[in-house]
Amino acid sequence: MEALFRPEMVAIIVAAALATYATRFGGYVLITRMKRIPPRVEAALNAVPAAVLTTLVAPSAVTGGLDVSLTLVAALLVGLRLGVLPMLAAGWVVVMILRHLIG
Amino acid sequence: MTPETYQEIRDAARRGFAVVISAAPFGILFGAVAVDNGLTIAEAALMSATVYAGASQLVGVELFSHHVAPWLIVLSIFAVNFRHVLYSAAIAKHIRHFSLWQKCVGFFLLIDPLFAESERRGDAGIRIGFVWYLVLGLSVYVPWLVLTVLGGVLGNLIGDPEAIGIDVLLPIYFMGLVLGFRSRANWLPVVVASAAGSILALHFVGSPWHVSLGALAGIAVAALLPLDGDEAGAPVGDPVEGEA
Repeated sequence: MEALFRPEMVAIIVAAALATYATRFGGYVLITRMKRIPPRVEAALNAVPAAVLTTLVAPSAVTGGLDVSLTLVAALLVGLRLGVLPMLAAGWVVVMILRHLIG
Repeated sequence: MTPETYQEIRDAARRGFAVVISAAPFGILFGAVAVDNGLTIAEAALMSATVYAGASQLVGVELFSHHVAPWLIVLSIFAVNFRHVLYSAAIAKHIRHFSLWQKCVGFFLLIDPLFAESERRGDAGIRIGFVWYLVLGLSVYVPWLVLTVLGGVLGNLIGDPEAIGIDVLLPIYFMGLVLGFRSRANWLPVVVASAAGSILALHFVGSPWHVSLGALAGIAVAALLPLDGDEAGAPVGDPVEGEA
């Protein structure tokens, strides 16, 4: 019977988990060591959510193919008026229709 | 339980539900891909339980199947997850009041949607309570584990995620989060710079560096644009580099 865990695989996973945890704790440790946060650093931190999350979307809008690009545009239009769940619903409907039409 | 606590739990669970809807396909996908690439279901579950970062988990199992050197797998996962350094720095002002162990738990659960929802709640002037944070965190963490196992059991039964249109859900979800910040200072220039930066970096440097490089482009724009109001006289310097 196959083993549940293999030691080398567990070692890699644990190392990756520790590295990831370090990224999640590290920024806090760095920033709280500063006595006073300069305004430009604060402006930079303020931009973090939009800046990082955009990088998780923009490349797929360009390289994901016409169906994905059009779907994201449709979701964007919905999102200007409504919340995230309607965006997901509309996007799913649009991409299914597009894939049915253009294969 | 006070009415406030009840309100916090309800709000957190409701938001967690939206996150799980958009992330569910990827939890299942991860389980299926992991087993397909030679991990056992237990190992896939261990990875979801400890690394707990979807994109990097998929990159990791992809590399497992290519027999890449272990240190390179760990480094790749670290690179994909590097954005969390920025999250944990940016979220600091909202969670300073957490006790040490609350911070230890809190940072472990700090994924993209949890960060975005916390920032949004902070923007609205609501104090981030640990109960709210924990309930939202666990309402994503537990389903993520269950879905990983489910994906591992189902294996290749799911087939092609594109055929059932679920591959677009995560980008749409992240777009929704980005739109949620559109009232912030310099939102449009930041988004344009990050979008352009990540697309160019993907083309010229490659994945996963396009995430960090694109984010730095947007953050640099925010740091260099004129500050509004009384802070305009602050030292200019180059504070972004220290952050990287």
